[in-house]
Amino acid sequence: MPVVFPFSAIVGQDEMKTALLVAAVDPTVGGVLVFGDRGTGKSTAIRALAALLPKMRVVVGCAYHCDPAADVGALCADCRERQKKGIAAKTQSVPVPVVDLPLGATEDRVIGALDLERALTRGEKAFEPGLLARAHRGFLYIDEVNLLEDHLVDALLDVAASGENVVEREGLSVRHPARFVLVGSGNPEEGELRPQLLDRFGLSVEVKTPDDLPTRVKVVRLRDEFERDPAAFVARWKRKDGAVRQQIESARGALPSIALPDQAVEQAARLCMTLGTDGLRGELTLIRAARALAALEGRSQVEVSHLRRIAAPALRHRLRRDPLDESGSTARVQRAVEELFPT
Amino acid sequence: MSEPGGSPPSPWSDAALAAVLFAVDPAGTGGVAVRSFPGPVRDCWLGLVRGLLPAGSPCLRIPLHANDSRLLGGLDLAATLRAGRPVAERGLLADADGGVVELAMAERLAGSTAARLTAVLDAGEVVLERDGVAARTPTRFGVIALDEGVGDDEAMPEALLDRMAFHLELSGVGVRDVARASWMADDVLAARGRLAGVRVADDVAETLCALALALGIASIRGPILALRVIRAAAALAGRDDATDEDIAAAARLVLAPRATRLPVSESPPEEQETDPGDDSADDAERSPPDSADSDDAGSGDRPLDERVLAAAAAAMPQDVLDRLRQGLRRRSRARAPGKAGMAQHASLRGRPIGVRRGDPGPGVRLNVVETLRAAAPWQRVRRQGAASAAGGSIRVEVRRDDFRVTRFKHRSETTTIFVVDASGSSALHRLAEAKGAVELLLAACYVRRDRVALVAFRGRGAEVLLPPTRSLVRAKRSLASLPGGGGTPLAAGIDTATLLADGVRRRGGTPTIVLLTDGRANVARDGKGGRATAGQDALASARLMRAAQIRALLVDTSPNPQPSARELAQAMGALYLPLPYADAQTLSGAVQAAGTE
Repeated sequence: MPVVFPFSAIVGQDEMKTALLVAAVDPTVGGVLVFGDRGTGKSTAIRALAALLPKMRVVVGCAYHCDPAADVGALCADCRERQKKGIAAKTQSVPVPVVDLPLGATEDRVIGALDLERALTRGEKAFEPGLLARAHRGFLYIDEVNLLEDHLVDALLDVAASGENVVEREGLSVRHPARFVLVGSGNPEEGELRPQLLDRFGLSVEVKTPDDLPTRVKVVRLRDEFERDPAAFVARWKRKDGAVRQQIESARGALPSIALPDQAVEQAARLCMTLGTDGLRGELTLIRAARALAALEGRSQVEVSHLRRIAAPALRHRLRRDPLDESGSTARVQRAVEELFPT
Repeated sequence: MSEPGGSPPSPWSDAALAAVLFAVDPAGTGGVAVRSFPGPVRDCWLGLVRGLLPAGSPCLRIPLHANDSRLLGGLDLAATLRAGRPVAERGLLADADGGVVELAMAERLAGSTAARLTAVLDAGEVVLERDGVAARTPTRFGVIALDEGVGDDEAMPEALLDRMAFHLELSGVGVRDVARASWMADDVLAARGRLAGVRVADDVAETLCALALALGIASIRGPILALRVIRAAAALAGRDDATDEDIAAAARLVLAPRATRLPVSESPPEEQETDPGDDSADDAERSPPDSADSDDAGSGDRPLDERVLAAAAAAMPQDVLDRLRQGLRRRSRARAPGKAGMAQHASLRGRPIGVRRGDPGPGVRLNVVETLRAAAPWQRVRRQGAASAAGGSIRVEVRRDDFRVTRFKHRSETTTIFVVDASGSSALHRLAEAKGAVELLLAACYVRRDRVALVAFRGRGAEVLLPPTRSLVRAKRSLASLPGGGGTPLAAGIDTATLLADGVRRRGGTPTIVLLTDGRANVARDGKGGRATAGQDALASARLMRAAQIRALLVDTSPNPQPSARELAQAMGALYLPLPYADAQTLSGAVQAAGTE
């Protein structure tokens, strides 16, 4: 795999970086959608995050990299069988998968299908897991998510909601866990996202090209340095990247103990009511994301400042679709935040 | 050393320079977009590039119809059948590693194809997940896009254009201007060797960024690509340090064609150029060397900026300058992606939604991979039977039962074309109501995944403000810029809408026209005033529209409904809907009700 640009060397784009870190700390936040101008480093940031994630423990030889510590419900069929027999699993540490769903991918590769090789050479009917299986416990990244074929979107929506991939094709009947953090990026000028898919993303971020000279100069300089000697550049940023990794790791550890004062829940609910977001998903995401943010900042409880910072990414894509509210929705969230939580 | 502020180099010599700089670093500079008709000049230019590429580097042509399996790779069917096991096939993009690909007719390139290309360009590898094959193949190449578009409406996808350093316009170059190349393939090879060692002074990035801002270049890829071009230029000249000349060349070749606004002409101290001072404040360790080692980059920052700016400004073709002055360029920019959107739409006509068992036939295509998949589990059994019959020469036995055909969902999309009377006779508040209604309808269309287009007429003619699109962002932008006032060229409005509707239909969509007017035309087709002729022209246009059998709705927006509007609706074969006191909500409700009939 080519050398990727270090996460900590990405200039500006704080909202995007925060959202990605929040999703890395608490996968239940439900994924990140990054929408914005061309050339703003959307894919760069996501690939950079992949290189940064702490490793995870998996069962050796499991095609779905099951968590050895998980309870029976979250295991694949093989691991469940093994656990029933009471055999202890061998485990190992592997990098968290960040799986690309490239444009032009076919359905059989995404959801999994009959293993053609074994079928043709040995006449065996075996299941070959697809991208959804590979992304289990990790991230599924879709660049140009708005250009994704509709039938792939359909498959994704179902799995992303249930956390389980059910395959019924070619005489195969397989179900396996597929819990992943959906990360999408795209340019709104090339088409909109289906509302159902939009709703699957916990956080949505808008990125803009920086328009002040110093930031732009810095971006160009760092990019240039990186391209001239990627290895040396990555080595130079290793310490800072390591610090971010440390931050994620300790935030994950602290997450269960972050206190959630009643006041914060009430404030989140009031904000969602003011904005008229549909359903409870907005509130849940807002609270979870705020908690992850508190953990990232090393705080012991969720504070108003966390709600303020994460309100726009958590809610802007959930407002009732006024026609043409693309830029308006951010302003609406911000206005409501200013009203409810004055500084 | 040539004087950067002197007479600008001829278009051909710049094109030749772009060719050689591209050849020095095809992957780094991303590519060249060549806008011109096919002809001897373009052929000469292509010949030049091919000649400059080191021997053995691939130069592949990608036709418009290249499908995913050729582009990215997939299952090699012939080999699979021969070998009796799956054999992967490499795609064109993987084969192009180390060389260039040529995109024919890039202006017709579908947005989805462009997205595949850009994904590969960005990642430096082909990520393949198709037909049971999963592979990552590293590949680095440059792109030559041959753009034969005419006018602003036909342009290649912006996403791809943005990643290409050079945007050439060869239309104005005559055959006589073509000169012999002054570089050879050996020069390119030597430059490639030197490329990694080229040093660029620290303040160059600042100069480029300031210039990009001054020229209104939003994407940050502009300056990044310019920096790479500077390196290539210095390497080509056999230098280890970039000079002003290289910087001026990069500004001319990379930044000037991307300009969306004029630099504040001849007045050097701009806001942007005072910024470098502020910048060094937040990064204190960098400021001393800035002034210290910039001696070879000219005497201080400002003169360099000026000279570079002058070089870029001189390189902007006169008509670009004119268009910039009229603010037309900006609109064309906003419009360009629409083409991509429409081309994408064409592939929606037959969206594959899965496979089913069945025989192939006219209009029903065999899905070979799925057929093989269906046949696969039975091979062992069948082979045993076949071996006894025919000596086992068959590797894969496929029977009729295995045939799988692709199912296509042929959904005809509805495109609602709003034709809005923006003239003085529709008072401004009516225009606001119309806008509001259009926005509400857009929301409804959005939910149904339909498309919307907007035609406005005022003054002397009609204009397509928004080509059929699904993007709310773009719709919003074009609505916001809808001005009011002037005469009422009703005929022109109807004509434009009919033309647009026809185009929609030819792409497989179903057009519906919603005309918002008070029916009082006062500008005839030829742009002259006069109520009588204007009215007659409008009726004639309306009859043409009826002949084209386009579903239409006429919303009479005048305070007291006019017989002229009713007459017009009849001539169009349109539903007539007088809505004298309609607010946006009622209007949109009425239109939706009419549209579903």
